[in-house]
Parts: sequence; C-alpha cells; structure tokens
Amino acid sequence: MIRPFEIIETIKMIQEENLDIRTITMGISLMDCISDDGNVTRRKVYDKITRLAANLVKVGEDIEKEYGIPIINKRISVTPISLIAASSSEDDYVKFAQIMDKAADEVGVNFIGGFSALVHKGYTKGDAKLIQSIPEALSITKKVCSSVNLATTKTGINMDAIKEMGKIIKKSAELTADSGGLGCAKLVVFANAPEDNPFMAGAFHGVGEPESVISVGVSGPGTVKCALEKVKGADFETVSETIKKTAFKITRIGQLVAREASKRLGVSFGIVDLSLAPTPAIGDSVAHILEEMGLEKCGTHGTTAALALLNDAVKKGGVMASSFVGGLSGAFIPVSEDAGMINAVVEGALSIEKLEAMTCVCSVGLDMIVVPGDTSAETISAIIADEAAIGVVNNKTTAVRIIPAPGKKVGDMVEFGGLLGSGPVMKINQFSSNEFVNRGGRIPAPLHSLRN
Amino acid sequence: MRAMVTVIGKDKVGIIASLSNILANCNVNILDISQTTMQDVFTMIMLVEISGLNIPFSELSEQLEKKGVEIGLSVKIQHEDIFNSMHQI
Repeated sequence: MIRPFEIIETIKMIQEENLDIRTITMGISLMDCISDDGNVTRRKVYDKITRLAANLVKVGEDIEKEYGIPIINKRISVTPISLIAASSSEDDYVKFAQIMDKAADEVGVNFIGGFSALVHKGYTKGDAKLIQSIPEALSITKKVCSSVNLATTKTGINMDAIKEMGKIIKKSAELTADSGGLGCAKLVVFANAPEDNPFMAGAFHGVGEPESVISVGVSGPGTVKCALEKVKGADFETVSETIKKTAFKITRIGQLVAREASKRLGVSFGIVDLSLAPTPAIGDSVAHILEEMGLEKCGTHGTTAALALLNDAVKKGGVMASSFVGGLSGAFIPVSEDAGMINAVVEGALSIEKLEAMTCVCSVGLDMIVVPGDTSAETISAIIADEAAIGVVNNKTTAVRIIPAPGKKVGDMVEFGGLLGSGPVMKINQFSSNEFVNRGGRIPAPLHSLRN
Repeated sequence: MRAMVTVIGKDKVGIIASLSNILANCNVNILDISQTTMQDVFTMIMLVEISGLNIPFSELSEQLEKKGVEIGLSVKIQHEDIFNSMHQI
C-alpha cells in the first residue's frame, strides 16, 4: 500500500510544481502513401493520418482525467515529406503541408511534424523542392512543423545546405513578419537528428520506425527545482541524487502514460523522452533550477557545469524508470519558452555565446533564440554551422531554432504566444562570416580516435 | 480496478458522509480510509474499488470535485496506478 505522504507528494508535484506530460506524439509512417500523382498521395496521407490518429486526442484526454495528470499536447509526426512527395512530378510541396495541416485540424492535435528533409550528405530532388517550399508552407499553415537534418557524425556537415537554410530561415521570418517571424519558431535544423523525437518543431517519423508508434515526452522543471529547494547548501553528490530521484518519479509517469496510450490506441510503444521541458509559466523553468544550485543568474560562470550535472542526473534517474528511452532526452534550454532564461537575457547575464557553450552539455541546441531582423542569412548559417560542429564532433544531437524577427532590434521583446512564449532580441557578433559560409561544399566527418 | 480519492484542506464535520454518499450512488466500494494532518493540512485518503462503477469515470471525478468546492476542500480521484508507478519499483 502506498503511504499517504507519497500520495500527497504526487498530488503536490502536479498541482503546485507544474508536473505534466508535455506531449503524447503518434508517429505515422506515410511510406505506403507514395504515388506518382500528387493528388493521390495527398488523399492517402489525409486518410491515413485521420484514420490512425482519430482517437489520439480523446485517449489523451481520458488518460488525463483518469490519472489526474495534465497532458499538454497531443501531436503527430510523419515520415519526412521529402521522401513521400518525391515521386510526384510537382515542384511545389506547399500543398503537402496544407494537407498535413488539414489532417491535424480534423483530429484536433496541437502540431504535426515531418515537413522535413534529411540532407546531411546531399540533396535528392525531393529534398531540394521541400526546402524551397518551407517558407510559404510555414506561413500559410498553422500546425505544421518543419525540420531539416544538415549534419551527422558519420557524414560530416553539409555546408551547402547550411548556407541555404540561412536564406530559408530569413525568408520564413519575412513571410510571417506580422507575427514576429513566427514561421521560424516552427522550423528547426539539426545535426544528428533523432528519428523518434516526440518534441516539436523537430519531430518526424524516421524511416527505421514501425508503421505507427506512440512516444511520450515528459516535463517537470518545477518539480526538480522544488526538490532542490529542500537541499539548499548541500554538496553536489546530494544535488545529483536529488535530481535523479525526482527524474525517476517524473519518468515513471511518462512510462505509465505511454504504455496506457499505446494500449488504448492499439499502437506500439516507442520511447519516453527524458526531457526537462520548460514553459513560460513561473515555476516551470530550467534556468531557475540552475539558479537554485547557487548561480545568481543563469548564464554566469558555472552555468555550463551546473547544466552538465542537471542533464546527466536527469538521464541517470530517467533511464531506469522507462523500458525504452529515446528522442532528445535531456534538459531543454529554449530561451523564449523559459521565464528564467528570458530574465537572464534581459538582465544581461545570458548571451548567445554562453548558450552555445551550454548546448555542448545538454539537449538540444540554440533553441527559440530571437536575433535582430537585419541579421544576414550568412550569419544565421554560420551560427548553424557552429552548432552543427558541436553536435558532429561530440556525437550528440544539436539543433538551431532561430528567429530573425523582422524590424526588431536588440532589447526588443517579441511575443509568440502560448507555449512558444516571448523572446528578447539577443545581441549577435557584428563581424562577418560571409566568406566562410559562401565557400560551400561539405565539412568531412570527424575522426573519432585521438580524442582531445 | 482501484482508485485513490484524496481530500485536502481544513477538517470539518461530514466530509466522509458527503463523499461516501456520492461513491455509494455510483456503486463504488470503499476499501480503506486513512486520515492524517500533514503540515497543518488535513488529508484524507480513500482507496476505492471502481470496477462496478455505474457512470463514466470522468463524471464521478466531476461530482467529487464539485462536492469538494461546496464543502471548501480539494477532492480528487485518480487511478491508483499513477501512485504505484511513481513510488514503487
């Protein structure tokens, strides 16, 4: 029999410390929708998504009520559309994004990911067309998310693609200028993209995945912070143990929800993503966990070490709590989605350079960073190249989700609304990277011996 | 199938009576009750059997929450698995 204080602890975590399941994501393979006629493909895509995910939202809501745990998002990820659309003779893939949006609306999910291309070694014709379609697709759809994998540890870094994505990101911002460049918030570029990530904007259903699969992303920065408040001044062993125990408990709920959802939907269970995903709500911040460890402001010296400890302890605690772990697993540091990060930027404690260092030790990368609207495409490409290099050399996933907000200058705030929050426009290095980016080609895969 | 009813707030007369009435009407059997005061807050926990439940779970949950608001307490019902999975290996 569970003891009363344990029951109260669980209830307190949910009611007062913002513990929630961030997302139940259903991955759906669209491989059997491929046809040489775009209209046929789109009809099959719509039919398959609406058939398999018909009950996703209802099952999510039922579980939410029965277990008393909030499930914030229900989402869908699909096979990268560059593969699905390639057989059609169409040059513009925007219609594929529209059909994804329509299917997402029909089943009532919050987002659908997979308007994606994997180009770490080079482009297929489908990849090239998809990438060109991204800005318009993101500007006329609401729920579609797009991702592009530009580099892997085994293949190196596709600098041609990075150069192009700088321009695509700029164009996406321009086409959604009236909402602060919101299109870019739905677009992420990756190095070493995981095929089973349930989080947006980077979720897609990898080609090695089964027909259909349920993955769950947990959350709970507030719970970790509250646990650390009880061990003020204790040494790092205690800090690490406390985080591990809390992560274990959080992940157990993720595992329970994932198993239950997959059972009720008749879909196989994929993974639990051991993530600490913040929201803009007060008391749900990763930055505040780092500050609880003794840093005056997130971003000051010591932040990277604190984040490394946090990230490692979350994984160690979470791994034992779930039978399958995957996705991005680790602490997220999206600036606009984290009240503590926003505050640290506004106060001048946190810079892009420090965030870049932090991405070396956590999941995922430079996330939800707002930069001035006049930032050049080449500079954005160079920022992506730096981040890709960190991922490729360190054999980890890194990503960039950056918003060059049209008309905005350093110090302005850009409002995105909802979970995307609001981002302070951050200062970037003023010196040019143009010649570097314009070289093009590929950076070869790194050597993995002689590690220094 | 079993669930936990938790009542948190200020102690007063008739809490068990008003809740057990709702549970009985829905054909829910109370298996165990424990109550304690933790950090000055009255806490009551009921383990209930819901296999014979004659209305949808969500309706029972709403009825209990509504009753809680009426008597000025927080009343929740949750499937016991959420507690088992979090606190037992």
